[in-house]
Amino acid sequence: MRGQEARDQAERKAVMATLAQSTGDDIVRLWNEAGLPSEAELLRGPETGLVTVRGRIGGGGAPFNIGEAAVTRATVRLASGQVGHCYALGRDKQKARLAAIADALWQDPAHRNEVEARLVAPLRAALAKARDQRRAETAATKVDFFTMVRGED
Amino acid sequence: MYVAVKGGEAAIRNAHKLLADRRRGDRSVPTLRLDQIVEQLALGADRVMSEGSLYDRELAALAIVQARGDMIEAIFLVRAYRTTLPRFGYTRAIDTGTMLVERRVSATYKDLPGGQLLGPTFDYTHRLLDPELAAGGEVAEPEQRAGEAEAMPRVSAILAREGLIESDGDMPEDHVPGDITREPLAFPMARDIRLQALSRGDEGFLLALGYSTQRGYARNHPFVGEVRIGEVELALDVPELPFAVPLGSIRVTECQMVNQFKGSAKAPPQFTRGYGLVFGQSERKAMAMALCDRALRASELGEDVVAAAQDEEFVISHSDNVQATGFVEHLKLPHYVDFQAELDLVRRMRAEHDARENAGKAEEKREAAE
Repeated sequence: MRGQEARDQAERKAVMATLAQSTGDDIVRLWNEAGLPSEAELLRGPETGLVTVRGRIGGGGAPFNIGEAAVTRATVRLASGQVGHCYALGRDKQKARLAAIADALWQDPAHRNEVEARLVAPLRAALAKARDQRRAETAATKVDFFTMVRGED
Repeated sequence: MYVAVKGGEAAIRNAHKLLADRRRGDRSVPTLRLDQIVEQLALGADRVMSEGSLYDRELAALAIVQARGDMIEAIFLVRAYRTTLPRFGYTRAIDTGTMLVERRVSATYKDLPGGQLLGPTFDYTHRLLDPELAAGGEVAEPEQRAGEAEAMPRVSAILAREGLIESDGDMPEDHVPGDITREPLAFPMARDIRLQALSRGDEGFLLALGYSTQRGYARNHPFVGEVRIGEVELALDVPELPFAVPLGSIRVTECQMVNQFKGSAKAPPQFTRGYGLVFGQSERKAMAMALCDRALRASELGEDVVAAAQDEEFVISHSDNVQATGFVEHLKLPHYVDFQAELDLVRRMRAEHDARENAGKAEEKREAAE
């Protein structure tokens, strides 16, 4: 049971990460295509605020504050009782509301597969593709050193 | 007696209307869209995010337009906006070791794990103006190179293996990171607070100070151990969830400066380090920050404080361009009463001076006559 709970949490976190990374436009488009229910009671927000971003001295030392980042959050409750949350960088309130509903729907066994297949999987694929492309573009600028042989010997 | 004078409402109103007109400029030229600035003046937006101390590209772009491209005015606008938002908390510290790297170079090791990735750099360009850009021609897609993603450990980890370099900066176990947005500046300050001030500090000011250390004022023989630019993920601990909630990614630039150090009474000869970490893509700022961070560690390392860049109070008190511009620019606001008082004082002093001089001359004449 413990293990199952931990796996569920890790999966839920990964879903929230995917939603936070994705653009509001992509979420809205897939949401409409999938015809997911967008009815939910708003318990909080959507509201925009700040988080203070922390780094570490020297990269791995003691933490320090770098500056703030705009974050929008929302909390919703479905008629079936599940409460969903979203925290995402930026000021897109519609994205925050839908992502919170997606989080709640994902917790509902009746909707989890649909949310995974129709919303999260395509978003994840698009993000992975963009990441791979970025990596490949950067890799093309990698320096290949070679040695110049001078003289006869 | 204090007499308040009012006036200028209509002039101010009309001045702001004129500002709006001049900002828009020739109406036959299309209006700038924010996404154009975000995409095509990205490094300008990055500077506004870094020194405005708010990571939000669209807001930075809006500020740049509103300020007509005046960067310090744009930074001021962003700082002002920040104060209107509630605070949700402090993120977990980012891990630059897991960055999705877009550029990474080291001047100390040729063959470091992950390699030298030039990324979208101005380096090695000839700095010749390009008329094709003015013509708005098509731009080719970038090259791609397939291959497995290699791990890219920070260069400091490589140097640390030999024990010839100091470790990442540690603080006492119970140290809570200071926050200059919550507590007023107090000197001397801990390194974590200094780094926060430097990270939002004025690029030009830090660049000049960093340059001064290279020219011999607090010389400390720097090498760029590594500069890396890329995206890191943010996570926030919130009470309603049992795990740190992922927020998405931000782009940062990190600089590991490695400095020669001959040792002192307090420390053995070894390489010491300066650290720079800023929002967005700005290696000039990150490098300048790292140079200043190292110079400001003079007392900690037992070095003599002889140069401006080593003077913590001087550097940190003057690194914030919003404070600096506020105090310099306030001089142009009406000081009529102050100046009247000064004018009166100077007139009185002049009268006294003239009286003394006349008395002296009269005395000389009298003596000459005698």
